[in-house]
Amino acid sequence: MSDINKEWEAVIGLEIHAQLATKSKIFSGASTQFGAEPNTQACAIDLGMPGVLPVLNQEAVQMAVKFGLGADAAIAQKSVFARKNYFYPDLPKGYQISQYEWPIVGQGHMDILLEDGSSKRIGITRAHLEEDAGKSLHDDFSGLSGIDLNRAGTPLLEIVSEPEMTSAKEAVAYLKTIHTLVRYLDICDGNMQEGSFRCDANVSVRRKGDPKLGTRAELKNINSFRFVERAINYEIERQIGILENGGSIKQETRLYDSNKNETRAMRSKEEANDYRYFPDPDLLPLVLTDAFIAAIKQTLPELPQQKRQRFIDQYGLSPYDASILVSSKEMALYYENAVKESGDQAKLVANWVISELLGSLNKAGLEIEGSPIASAQLGKLISRIADDTISGKIAKTIFEALWQQEGNVDEIIQKRGLKQVTDTGTIDTLIDQIMEANPQHVADYRRGKDKLFGFFVGQAMKASGGTLNPAQLNLLLKKKLAGD
Amino acid sequence: MHHKTIAALSRDLSTKKISSVELTQHYLERIRRLNPQLNAFITVTEEHALDSAKAADTARAQGKAGPLTGMPVAQKDIFCTDGIKTSCGSRMLDNFIAPYDATVVKKFKAAGTILLGKTNMDEFAMGSSNENSYYGPVNNPWQLEHIPGGSSGGSAAAVAAGLVPAATGTDTGGSIRQPAAMCGITGIKPTYGRVSRYGMVAFASSLDQGGPMAKTAEDNALLLNIMAGFDEQDSTSIDHPVPDYTAHLNDSIKGKRIGLPKEYFAAGLESDVAKAIDAAIKEYEKAGAIMVDISLPTTHLAIPAYYVLAPAECSSNLARYDGVRYGYRCKDPIDLEDLYKRSRSEGFGAEVKRRIMIGTYALSSGYYDAYYLKAQKIRRLICQDFTHAFKTVDAILSPTAPSTAFKLGEKTSDPIGMYLSDIYTIAVNLAGLPAMSLPAGFSRGLPIGLQLIGKLFDESTLLNLAHCYQQATDWHTHIPEAFVS
Repeated sequence: MSDINKEWEAVIGLEIHAQLATKSKIFSGASTQFGAEPNTQACAIDLGMPGVLPVLNQEAVQMAVKFGLGADAAIAQKSVFARKNYFYPDLPKGYQISQYEWPIVGQGHMDILLEDGSSKRIGITRAHLEEDAGKSLHDDFSGLSGIDLNRAGTPLLEIVSEPEMTSAKEAVAYLKTIHTLVRYLDICDGNMQEGSFRCDANVSVRRKGDPKLGTRAELKNINSFRFVERAINYEIERQIGILENGGSIKQETRLYDSNKNETRAMRSKEEANDYRYFPDPDLLPLVLTDAFIAAIKQTLPELPQQKRQRFIDQYGLSPYDASILVSSKEMALYYENAVKESGDQAKLVANWVISELLGSLNKAGLEIEGSPIASAQLGKLISRIADDTISGKIAKTIFEALWQQEGNVDEIIQKRGLKQVTDTGTIDTLIDQIMEANPQHVADYRRGKDKLFGFFVGQAMKASGGTLNPAQLNLLLKKKLAGD
Repeated sequence: MHHKTIAALSRDLSTKKISSVELTQHYLERIRRLNPQLNAFITVTEEHALDSAKAADTARAQGKAGPLTGMPVAQKDIFCTDGIKTSCGSRMLDNFIAPYDATVVKKFKAAGTILLGKTNMDEFAMGSSNENSYYGPVNNPWQLEHIPGGSSGGSAAAVAAGLVPAATGTDTGGSIRQPAAMCGITGIKPTYGRVSRYGMVAFASSLDQGGPMAKTAEDNALLLNIMAGFDEQDSTSIDHPVPDYTAHLNDSIKGKRIGLPKEYFAAGLESDVAKAIDAAIKEYEKAGAIMVDISLPTTHLAIPAYYVLAPAECSSNLARYDGVRYGYRCKDPIDLEDLYKRSRSEGFGAEVKRRIMIGTYALSSGYYDAYYLKAQKIRRLICQDFTHAFKTVDAILSPTAPSTAFKLGEKTSDPIGMYLSDIYTIAVNLAGLPAMSLPAGFSRGLPIGLQLIGKLFDESTLLNLAHCYQQATDWHTHIPEAFVS
């Protein structure tokens, strides 16, 4: 990566395949449920039997339109399904029904947030509907291959970006932005392990300032955000290495191997299929009326970017915090519930969610939906900080207890006696006791060893179980030690 | 009995002059005895037929019979039949038993008809002589050394010889009309989208259309009443009301304007055929129809456009026959490529392979615009020709084919010559129009076919015109001598 910033520039475009969360397949009535026994969810149409015909699933169309509206893209009033012809055992008909010249979604864009807090607009070239292929299984059959056609015919939306990203980090940010959007729209479950959200990356490099694009390689088989970043970085390095040694880049498809963290040539341009696209004569052109599109527009939820802006305006959050909190619909909902319960401690709640809650969830490998602490409880906890019932430090103890399901916030405060002591007399008495027990420290402090102040605070907190109001304690302790 | 129309047999069944079991047994006996001379059937479903005939008789006894309950029929072996072999005339599907019925088959079942068997055909409906069948050629009942026409040659020969009263066919470039003409029977290719294609093995999806083949226009009307209609399983079927096709059979045709396209009466037309068509024109004039000279100027482009578009679609439609999931698989493939290459080389016949290659070429990168796209443009021009013509006429009349049935083997090494036998039928498929063929005479003992072409969804006018002609002539009642009894 050493030279990339100085001499070289990467150009990256992504092709994202989002499996649409329809109940049945795009051209048949078979179920799309993941994980069934092989070939139990493939009907005659999915198997490409003689004489069978495709019938378009309206739900898939609605979902594609939703995406288009969410990406501020042009929705084509007329789009055409085309056949992409090639032979492969997991492609039952010998062609994939896709869209080619006339996709359902035209140009749009996504604004992504960069690490420095600025945002960048990435163009979306198009998005089109197509059917997924089945799966070839090469293990477990000693020398033979198995084919599972359950996935064959599952609806996909292929979202093609402009080549406008210049680093792996930008590519990941874009990918995450799309990932968030499709989940907000409820059109894709976003599960990368199960392959319902996949991505191919087109990567090329050029010398800075060179207006001409370099020869690109297409990286396939990248199934996590982390691997996208690694695969692209590896590929950028590889290409720069070749070019710096006077070589040239071959246009080819490369497979990312996450075990070895490298990309390997799969097939070159010369070996590439001629897909012989032509309009599928079994399907009429798809014509969408304005009313159909308008009706779908009505159903759109608040989109991530809108929500993020609202969080910034309404709650006074930083763009960075806001973007974390809107990264999923569930997260945003959790946050807003907690804010309500906290008595509008929006910033404090944001801090707690981002640092404490997400940290714990990450460690436990949980999603926000599976949080052991309900949003109302976290809100309540923060309200108790705000009304001085507890200190921030005690709140962390209560957070732990909540996580362990020890009851609700007030019960835990009560049970464990964690209510903050604000009674001056009680604190005075406690300070007196500590000073009496540590005459040498008192003397040392009074001789100018200021650092010992912390010792007294510690002793007081320890003796009180941390329930003293820290500000009050400081004030009273200073007074006493000064001999007033 | 075996040369009666289904209209007549329907009356016999309803008056209980005969039972469905008796009728079925009679035809099965004929098939057993006479089919060896014709090779019209690939599969005979004797047991199944007798079971259904019994059920039909029971239904009739219970008063639950429709007009065609208990009527024996045959399906072209291109329509998938649940549990019964559907070969499509190909080695590729010789072992294929569909787990579903085509919509057409379902409709025939629902109407209570009796399936006697599956008829022979050119492999994947590609051919004009029925010589491209894996199961061997079909012989023309009029003269056994002649071809029956194709691709629905088995259906045409079986009906002409009285082995079955009616059968289905499919027509991509003339495959119902041309064999109907050559075997002296009546067949109609309905408007594209009128009859469901679901479960009908695809050759060229934008051109394929199923239809009936029988002795008369009236029989065609009865059968079309069963076959026609929207099917939600076929996205290209059209949700357009289905009339009772028998309703206007007897309407007067006085004042009907019939177009005579000059391009269909040009060089290449055999003189006997021309004479027969002229005689038919006179019959129509006698009945009060008005003949109008018209021109379809893009006619000469129909065959070249068709032989780009149909193979292009076929090359893609037939990609599914790869030896992986069903159908023919070569012995001991050494790897995937070998499996593909040998299964397809051994499983398909020469004409199918020729069309797959032509179609693959036409769709290839760099050739697409010059071939496929250009052919689509021509297709549009051909449609416009017809639209223009139908502004002034109600129907168009022409010969169905330029000649009568040629001899077996005569054109097998001359694909272009073979393709030209569809010269009058192909444009109709490109335009999606309905058209029919009916017997209009003989030349040296071989039948001549008359073609009527109609406006979109105007099958009724065609059937009316054809019925009117058949009331005035007796060509459709002739029976090939060898099959009289």
